[in-house]
Amino acid sequence: MSGSVIRTIGLKRDYPMGGEVVHALRGVDLEILPNEFVAIMGPSGSGKSTLMNLIGCLDTPTAGQYWLAGTEVSRMTDDELARVRNRQIGFVFQTFNLLPRATSLHNVELPLIYAGLPARERRRRAVEALASVGLGDRMDHKPAELSGGQRQRVAIARALVTEPSIILADEPTGNLDSTTSEEIMKIFEELYRGRGQTIVMVTHEADIARHAARVITLHDGVVSSDKRQAA
Amino acid sequence: MPILEAIRLAFGTIRAQKLKSFFSLIGAFIGVMFLIAVVSIVKGMDRYVQEDFAAKIFGINTFSVSRRPGFHAGEVSQALRRAWARRPQLYWDDYHAIRAALPPQDLVAIQSSNQAEGQAGAKTSSFLQVSGVSQDFFQIRDYEIADGRVFSPEEISHGVNVVVIGRDVADSFFTGQDPVGQTLRIAGFPYTVIGVVQKQGTVFGISLDRFALAPYTSPIKTVVNPRKVVDEIIVKAPTLAGMRDAMDQVEAVMRTRHHLRPYQDDDFSLTTQQDVLSFWAKISRVLYTALPLLVGVSLVVGGIVIMNIMLMAVAERTREIGIRKSLGARRRDILAQFLVESATLSTTGAVLGILAGLALARIVQAVSPLPMGVSPLSIVIGVALGVGVGMIAGVYPANRAAKLDPVVALRYE
Ligand SMILES: Nc1ncnc2c1ncn2[C@@H]1O[C@H](COP(=O)(O)OP(=O)(O)OP(=O)(O)O)[C@@H](O)[C@H]1O
Ligand SMILES: [Mg+2]
Repeated sequence: MSGSVIRTIGLKRDYPMGGEVVHALRGVDLEILPNEFVAIMGPSGSGKSTLMNLIGCLDTPTAGQYWLAGTEVSRMTDDELARVRNRQIGFVFQTFNLLPRATSLHNVELPLIYAGLPARERRRRAVEALASVGLGDRMDHKPAELSGGQRQRVAIARALVTEPSIILADEPTGNLDSTTSEEIMKIFEELYRGRGQTIVMVTHEADIARHAARVITLHDGVVSSDKRQAA
Repeated sequence: MPILEAIRLAFGTIRAQKLKSFFSLIGAFIGVMFLIAVVSIVKGMDRYVQEDFAAKIFGINTFSVSRRPGFHAGEVSQALRRAWARRPQLYWDDYHAIRAALPPQDLVAIQSSNQAEGQAGAKTSSFLQVSGVSQDFFQIRDYEIADGRVFSPEEISHGVNVVVIGRDVADSFFTGQDPVGQTLRIAGFPYTVIGVVQKQGTVFGISLDRFALAPYTSPIKTVVNPRKVVDEIIVKAPTLAGMRDAMDQVEAVMRTRHHLRPYQDDDFSLTTQQDVLSFWAKISRVLYTALPLLVGVSLVVGGIVIMNIMLMAVAERTREIGIRKSLGARRRDILAQFLVESATLSTTGAVLGILAGLALARIVQAVSPLPMGVSPLSIVIGVALGVGVGMIAGVYPANRAAKLDPVVALRYE
C-alpha cells in the first residue's frame, strides 16, 4: 500500500439533484503504482470526470477512502487540499484552462507562485518546463497567439513544473485534431518512459488509449474492467 | 501569494479593464480630492485671516465704534436688521467725548467714507474711495508717508481742503508726475495733494492703496455723510489690557450720551479684531462640518461602485479562480488577490485625488492671495481612506471568490 501513488477504497460520490440523488460513483477501488500510464475509459456519464476530480483533490468523496502517495486525503480541509494540488498533482484539461491575459511563461510560473518560490527560481523552472515541451520560443506568447496543440503543451509544461507525483489529464486531446493529438500523446509517452512520470488520462478514443499501459473502464460509477496492455 | 505579486496582478487587471477601473476609481478620487482641496484651502484661509487679514484690515489692539456691527457671527434676522436701522447715528461730538474720556496714550480717530468722482487733468474716475479722517487715523493704520506729509492740526481745525492719497490713486491720476502739490478734484471741489502713503498691498485680491483721505472737517464732510455724522470712531490702545479698558470707557460714555437705562441694550456696536476672527472661525467650522459629510458620501458611493464592479469581476473571472485553485491557490490567496485588487483600485483613486486636490488648492492659490495650507495629516488620511474603502468594499466579493468550489468554477463558461 505504501508503494502506491493512488489507492482508493469504496470511493463514492453522490450529487443531490433536487429531491433525487445522482450516484456518480458507486464505490471505486483503485490502486495505481508509480510510473504507470493509465487510461480511463467509459461511456459518457459513467463518472470518469468525477473520479478525476476526486483523485485530483478538487473534490471530496461522499464516502470511501483515498490515499495519495501514502497520505489519506479524503478527510483533508480545503487549504490542505490546495497544498496537495499544488505539490503533488499536475492537471491537464480538455479546454487547456490557461489564463488568457498571461504569457506562456507566466501561466507556467503560476503554480510555483502558490508554492512560494522566489521569482528567479520560478522563472528558471518555468523556462525549463516550456523548453521540455518544445515551446522555448513561445514564452512571451499569450494563449490567443498559440495554436491548440501549443496551448495544450503550455498546459502540460504547467502541470510538469512542480514535479508532481501524478499528472491527471481529462480528455487532453478532446479539442485537438488527430495529428496534434498524436503530438501531445508523444509528449505523454516521453514523460512516462523518459522520466518515469505517473499519468492518469481520461479518453473516449481507443487510438489515444492505445498509448497507455493500462486501461481502466468505468461503467455507471463502478470499475467494469482493468486491463494491462502492451504499449 | 506575496503582496507585491498581488499588487502587480491588480495593476495588470486595472490596465486590462480601463473603463471599469475608471468608474471604480472615481468615488475614492472625488472624495479624497475634496478632502485635500477643502482642507488646504480652509487652512490657507485660516492662516491668511489670522496672520494677515485681521491685522492688515483692523490692526492690533484696535476697536471701532459704529452704529451697526462690522462683522456679525451668526444669522442676521429681519428684526435685528430693523433694530440696527433704528439706532441713533454717531456724531462728531461723540468723537470729542470719547477722546476726552480716554487717556492720552490711546489713539482715537474718525473715519467716514464714500465713493465720489475724482478728477485730475484729463483723468476722471467715478469710484474714488474717499474718507474724512482725523489726525490719529494715520498712526492707527500705521501708514508711512512715502512722499510729502500728513495733515497738520491747523489744517484739521480749519477744515483746509488738502488730501493724502494711496499709491494706486497717485499712480493712476498723476502717472509719471510728482503728485505732491498737484490738485485732485473730489466731487468737483479742488484739494491739494500733500502726501502719498506707502504701498499697502492687497487683501483677498483687493488693493489697499485706492483711497483719498481729507480732514473730516474739510468740504469732504458733505461728500461722505450728512452734516457731522460719523461712520465709525476707531480707537487703538498700546496694549490689549489698555484696549479692554478703553472699550469699557467708551461703552460707558456712549450709554450716557444715549441716555440708556441699565436694563437697555447698547444701541451702538464695538467691533474688534477678535470679532473678525470669530466670524471667520464660524465660517471655517461650517466648512469643516460639511467636509466629512461630503467626503463620506463620495467614499460610500465609491465603495458601493467598487463592490459591484468587484462582484462583476468575480463572476467574470470564475473560471480564472477555478484555474488558480486547481493549481494550488488557497482560499486566503484568492481572498488576498481580490482584496488587494479592490484596495489598489481605490488607493489609486485616492492618490489621484490627492494630486487633483493639491492642484485645485494650487489653482486657488494662483488666482487668489490665499496661501496654500497643505496638511500632511489630510494626505495621510486620504491614503488611509482609499485603502480602507477598497478593503471594506472588497471583503464581500473577495470572500465570494475565495469560497468558490473549484470543480464548479472550472466548469463555468
Ligand atoms: N455537479 C454535478 N451535479 C449533479 N450531477 C453531476 C455533477 N457532475 C456530474 N454529475 C453527474 O454525475 C454523472 C457522472 O458525470 P461525469 O462528469 O463524471 O461523467 P463523465 O464520465 O466524465 O462523462 P463525459 O464522458 O461525458 O465527460 C453524470 O450522470 C452527471 O450527470
Ligand atoms: Mg468527463
